[in-house]
Amino acid sequence: MDLNTIWFILVTVLFIGFFFLEGFDYGVGILLPFLSKDDNERRAIINTIGPHWDGNEVWMITAGGALFAAFPHVYATLFSGFYLALVLMLAALIVRGLAFEYRSLRDDPVWRSRWDLAIFIGSLLPALLWGVTVGNLMRGFAIDADMNYCGGLIPLLNPYSLLAGLVFVTLFTAHGANFLVLKTEGVIVERAKKFGFKAWIAATVLAVIFLVWTFFETDILTKSGLNGLIPALLAAVALLLSGWFGKKGKDGWAFIAGSLTVVFVTIMVFAGLFPRILISSLDVAYTLNIYNASASPYALKIMTIAAAIFVPIVLVYQIWTYRVFRDRIKADPETLIY
Amino acid sequence: MDPLILARWQFAIVTIYHFFYVPLTLGLSIFVAILETKYVRSGDEMYKKMAKFWGKIFLINFAIGVVTGIVQEFQFGMNWSEYSRFMGDIFGAPLAIEALLAFYMESTFIGLWIFGWDKLSKKMHLAAAWLVAIGSNISALWILIANSFMQHPQGYTIDPETGRALMSDFGALVFNPNVMLQFPHVLASGISLAGFVVMAFSAWHLLRKHDVTFFRPSFRMAAIYALVGAVLVGTIGHFQGQFLIEHQPLKMAAAEALWETEQPANFSVFAIIDEESQTNTVDITIPNMLSFLSYNNFTGEVEGIKDLAAQAEAEYGTGDYIPPVALNYWSFRIMVGAGSLMILIALLGVLWSKDRSLDDKTLYLKAVVFSAALPYLAVSTGWILAETGRWPWIVYGLQKIEDAVSPNVPAWNVAFSLALMIVLYTVFTIVAYKLAVKYGTGDVKIRDNASAAD
Ligand code: HDD
Ligand code: HEM
Ligand code: HEM
Repeated sequence: MDLNTIWFILVTVLFIGFFFLEGFDYGVGILLPFLSKDDNERRAIINTIGPHWDGNEVWMITAGGALFAAFPHVYATLFSGFYLALVLMLAALIVRGLAFEYRSLRDDPVWRSRWDLAIFIGSLLPALLWGVTVGNLMRGFAIDADMNYCGGLIPLLNPYSLLAGLVFVTLFTAHGANFLVLKTEGVIVERAKKFGFKAWIAATVLAVIFLVWTFFETDILTKSGLNGLIPALLAAVALLLSGWFGKKGKDGWAFIAGSLTVVFVTIMVFAGLFPRILISSLDVAYTLNIYNASASPYALKIMTIAAAIFVPIVLVYQIWTYRVFRDRIKADPETLIY
Repeated sequence: MDPLILARWQFAIVTIYHFFYVPLTLGLSIFVAILETKYVRSGDEMYKKMAKFWGKIFLINFAIGVVTGIVQEFQFGMNWSEYSRFMGDIFGAPLAIEALLAFYMESTFIGLWIFGWDKLSKKMHLAAAWLVAIGSNISALWILIANSFMQHPQGYTIDPETGRALMSDFGALVFNPNVMLQFPHVLASGISLAGFVVMAFSAWHLLRKHDVTFFRPSFRMAAIYALVGAVLVGTIGHFQGQFLIEHQPLKMAAAEALWETEQPANFSVFAIIDEESQTNTVDITIPNMLSFLSYNNFTGEVEGIKDLAAQAEAEYGTGDYIPPVALNYWSFRIMVGAGSLMILIALLGVLWSKDRSLDDKTLYLKAVVFSAALPYLAVSTGWILAETGRWPWIVYGLQKIEDAVSPNVPAWNVAFSLALMIVLYTVFTIVAYKLAVKYGTGDVKIRDNASAAD
């Protein structure tokens, strides 16, 4: 296997980590207004991700950095091409991050409810926009001979990609609900189960439509060689199982199955793209793939060594953090950390 | 409006904002870790209170530093896609390593630090504090390695087919002589800045006789910290200047508003600069001083802007190679002036905080409250000098700014993002400032109560 392929896999791994972790993270943010009735409940919900949200977000930052290092043309084409979408996402992430840290610093209910809104929007918008982005990646977009996207904003908001956005939102919401069921107590758990089930139904319906549409709209599931068909089927099975486990009260399994759904969806996308990364809808010759968009072999080698050393270390201490904070969080002012 | 101009404004504004918070993170993270170390060693609850009190200011600042940092990560691709293509082979690696090595570390352990007071042993919690401090400072190191390549490229070859820069020597990239000066200078600037912020809040309390037993030692520690930082930053800055005379002579000549080559060269203290006619209409100088600052002797020749620009044209082809002279001249003077004042103020602080008489030096304490603005001025002007003095290069000698901008992002998109970022950053900077003042001037005792906003 050559270094370009290894880096394609590593980027996939980073996106898996990102969508898996930020998936429930965004989900919790989206659920916040629906599952809480008072300030203590809201704090309890926020604290389930309180120690983790920043570490989770770094998966996205690292994925961006890894794209830059391994496939600089992809970094340049994607982020200049999706300029406005990215601006909105960054704005959303700014208000979201500040909300987690600043919300409790004043006792004022108006202050807090504004930050709660920021958490909601700041979680909803990136989930939606990442879905739309992934939809466009699968479908291809107008990349010209100079590797630049030349289509403007409107073509990116096509119905197929918007549907992908909704799939992401509902999937992450269900994923977040599964997470909250494990991390909170009492009424919040009950509400999370109820709401999570609704989100799960929506996700399932939308995902099925999306999968069928993908079949006709793209070659992700059908292209010869490696394609996304098997991961797509596995994702579908995992999704169904997560709902079933949820109903049975096997909450741990429901979370695992929901997580696997996210993992397989990500694998589906990347397996279907491989060895392409950004598909040009204008001319196959303009498509960016793991060879024409990559860094030099020397740079890739250096980065491979760096990744081989640091990724395992990161995994160890991040998992350890989740162990330290494994207790369920009570909406009890005596024990809540503000 | 030209998208290039807009993109440059956006980069400048967004990055200066980011670097408004970063130095406090760099310096205060270490300061808090030192306080907690003292607590763990001595068991004295006072130090725990101090770590928590100053840790609160740290967290308020850290949050906004982090969220503004996310924008940094993506804006090279968004606004400078040609630069990203040209430089990606080299620039991407430090950025990715920064994320892998530093961002994961600081972001994970900050969570443990905030939420882990009751869950971790004292030693583990202390380790989290140090890992946050180390992570933050390593992140600065790697981003400065990236920046140093732009200032002083080495360890690359140019691909004859594509014209792109390729990494050829990772060691040369990492051990760039520019970063050997730049990183310590930035680190020391963070230390001095954090010292001044803690001194300012402590002085505010001492003026009102609040919790003097808490703020007197805080003040003293911060004064020592600030003095060390300020002396270091000045000393290293001097060597940085000498390095620049050699490697980016036009930047230094502009920073001195030295139009003509002089031997020996005089150091200008105050000048009114006419960039049109390339002269200074007023120029008050110290004879021979610039030669001394440049070469440690009083007779060296320092080349002027006009000669250097002519040389640059001979080397790189016709074009405009003169950086904004007045901007660089004044940026440099404000930075150095602020640094000198800081050394003085911190030194007085160290001398006068030995005993209680400090409490009665009201005039001095009042001055200290306002002097927290000095390091902020210095870091912003320092970066303006470093980055605009590189004109017209985005990567020194290799790529010009005008060739680096994204060709496919329409001006209105950049105008939109610029406006949005200005609004967001300004609003949230005010919010963060108010919160910092609220907590920094608040009562220590109330907040040490475990259940109330801790
Ligand atoms: C507290 C902040 C602070 C203070 C007091 C000073 N500086 Fe500074 N300076 C910075 C903060 C800073 C900075 C913001 O951190 C910069 C921007 C780039 C860099 O390396 O550090 C900088 C850049 C910078 C540069 C340009 C480096 C380049 O272009 O690569 C020079 C020549 C100096 N400084 C020199 C000095 C001198 C002679 C000082 C004497 C007191 C001084 N600085 C005080
Ligand atoms: C955090 C401190 C920094 C500040 C305050 C700062 C400030 C600035 C300013 C004022 C400009 C505008 C210069 C001009 O347009 O003429 C600029 C440009 C730029 N800087 Fe920095 N900079 C900082 C650090 C960095 C670092 C660490 C990098 C790279 C790793 C970097 C990369 C760039 C790029 C790509 C441009 C745009 C091209 C240009 O206009 O030169 N900057 N910066
Ligand atoms: C001299 C220039 C810079 C230094 C020293 C620096 C340092 C730091 C530090 C210490 C942090 C931690 C949080 C905080 O700021 O309080 C941070 C955050 C961040 N910085 Fe910068 N930065 C610089 C410029 C840049 C640039 C040019 C980029 C873009 C490539 C960047 C990307 C980021 C990102 C993505 C974060 C968020 C990390 C997180 O979520 O933990 N920084 N930076």
